[in-house]
Amino acid sequence: MADDRPLSLHVPEPEVRPGGTPDFSGVKIPKAGSVRRPPVDVDPAEIRDLAYSIIRVLNRNGEATGEWAGTLDDEAVLAGLKTMMRVRAFDRRMLMAQRQGKTSFYMQCLGEEAIACAFRKALGPGDMNFPTYRQQGLLIADDYPLVDMMCQIYSNRRDPLKGRQLPIMYSSKQHGFFSISGNLATQFVQAVGWAMASAIKGDTKIAAAWIGDGSTAESDFHSALVFASTYKAPVVLNIVNNQWAISTYQGIARGGSGTFAARGLGFGIPSLRVDGNDYLAVHAASKWAVERARKNLGPTLIEWVTYRAAAHSTSDDPSAYRPKEETDAWPLGDPVKRLKNHLIVREAWSEERHVQAEAGIDAEILAAQKEAEAHGTLHTGPKPSVRDMFEDVYEEMPPHLRRQRQQAGY
Amino acid sequence: MPRMTMIEAIRDAHAVKMEEDDNVVVYGEDVGYFGGVFRCTAGLQERFGKNRCFDAPINESGIVGTAIGMAAYGLRPVVEMQFADYVYPAYDQIVSEAARLRYRSANDFTAPLVVRMPTGGGIFGGQTHSQSPEALFTHVSGLKTVVPSNPYDAKGLLIAAIEDNDPVIFLEPKRLYNGPFDGHHDKPITPWSKHPLGEGPEGRYIVPLGQGVVRREGSAVTVLAYGTMVHVAEEAARMTEVDAEIIDLRTLVPLDLELIEASVKKTGRCVVVHEATMTSGFG
Repeated sequence: MADDRPLSLHVPEPEVRPGGTPDFSGVKIPKAGSVRRPPVDVDPAEIRDLAYSIIRVLNRNGEATGEWAGTLDDEAVLAGLKTMMRVRAFDRRMLMAQRQGKTSFYMQCLGEEAIACAFRKALGPGDMNFPTYRQQGLLIADDYPLVDMMCQIYSNRRDPLKGRQLPIMYSSKQHGFFSISGNLATQFVQAVGWAMASAIKGDTKIAAAWIGDGSTAESDFHSALVFASTYKAPVVLNIVNNQWAISTYQGIARGGSGTFAARGLGFGIPSLRVDGNDYLAVHAASKWAVERARKNLGPTLIEWVTYRAAAHSTSDDPSAYRPKEETDAWPLGDPVKRLKNHLIVREAWSEERHVQAEAGIDAEILAAQKEAEAHGTLHTGPKPSVRDMFEDVYEEMPPHLRRQRQQAGY
Repeated sequence: MPRMTMIEAIRDAHAVKMEEDDNVVVYGEDVGYFGGVFRCTAGLQERFGKNRCFDAPINESGIVGTAIGMAAYGLRPVVEMQFADYVYPAYDQIVSEAARLRYRSANDFTAPLVVRMPTGGGIFGGQTHSQSPEALFTHVSGLKTVVPSNPYDAKGLLIAAIEDNDPVIFLEPKRLYNGPFDGHHDKPITPWSKHPLGEGPEGRYIVPLGQGVVRREGSAVTVLAYGTMVHVAEEAARMTEVDAEIIDLRTLVPLDLELIEASVKKTGRCVVVHEATMTSGFG
């Protein structure tokens, strides 16, 4: 048509770039305790609004409020705080180890500790997580040996994965932690399959799928939702929205969708949006979703609203694409500080005990690091055998690999 | 021994393993109620229930991705891609995940699954119903790739593939589903009932993975072929009266190097025949 005007491409942009003042005024944050807790067998159509709100328990004063409060006693909350502190201390030491050249690569989960740590506590024995590379809290909350994690990071002689994997790509069936892959989103649909298998066998175990905001754009995210919806698989579909996919802000993946949680609604999957920096809210929402799955009520999708406080990885410099002050401006704060304040309000903790605990944890991490380094680091000390390089490609080594191993001199 | 087409052989292999092992589950597009667009899973849902054989959404990545999760749980999924030409959306799951799971987890997790797919041309299938993508799989460490050429092998190889603890890509030449085909479109099609390999024992038997077989002994030249091209090679040897030794590879990875080496040492010459495109093909 002659009077049609030229079309133009819409490319979403974050509110602020480096040099600008952080602005989270667009993030609507409801008051803690204001979002209702429906029964687990609720009709998904009746809770569509929960995909657009944020479930929160801890208020500004550190008090637990509302219908989602009260799932944990003092002891469990304190254990949660210490677990998050261990994760953070672990990250700090491994970041330093990378800077010292003891490993090639590391990824912190700074600011996101509450999500994996609290979620793990809502699972039962035998349940299986299909994590990304930023859920180290799942392992630490399940008391996976820190030394083994470090040995994997150092690719040393005691590396459980025999030096075959990039640092942090852990695997532990025993701890309900599926082998991490570098390929994004692939595990999201595998989790659904695992859950389907549990249902096929009439088991009572459930699966938990994990994905970041950026990776929801991958086609396997869509595949997972279709299969979970079709077969009502006992799975919790976790989206960790930390606002950033390396340098790309979450609006590029989310597009016109109001929230990531809202993506579940089109599939008929009950979907929650939760304060990811609120340990108590994470635990309560996780428990709700796990119970739904366990009762054969089907999948739940949860968007955890959080902020990636650190660089994407040790190979990344966020100051090139976002304001340095943005972390401090994040309105949902820091999960460790918030839970600490809550425990102090609860009169189950104090500043002094916190400082003491911090020192104890640092000493524990340091001791683990020393032990791990005795088995070698990336460039020094003992390494896995080259002979092992040819093992486990198949259950039994086929003739062509036997030949290649001989040619390599092993 | 009962006579069977390749379709019946494949169906029977499923049934034998589903009967024997509760962990074997079968699914894919139109695989359940309808029994598959090529009838390879007909009757399985009725016999074993919807828990064991079911229809899947049209999503190849989802089909293979969920199968990997099921296999990691402990099941033995046998999934179908309706045509090999449509496996590409699942390629990431096959290459990055199924093939590497055992290796990257140091044996902590494994993926004992079979991905079946009708392959090959000669049926006027055009661009997207005729491709032979085997080289895309044989290039990938961690996968086994199998191509049967007759009903007897199809059943024995599929049972072996289901029992194998590694991921197996099982390519079924659809041109051979109902009868052998030697390349002569002008001649009437002979059914499998008239072919010696169109029969096999009832119940479980296996044709081991990784073993080729000599279809025709000869001394002038070794011909390496698989799938439909085995029959084409046999017919070509008959027409040309060249004393060719024809090897049906059956499994492309792991390849039966011993058999090939022995034959080529004897004949001193070798011709490789496959349907797939030549450049960087398996040949």
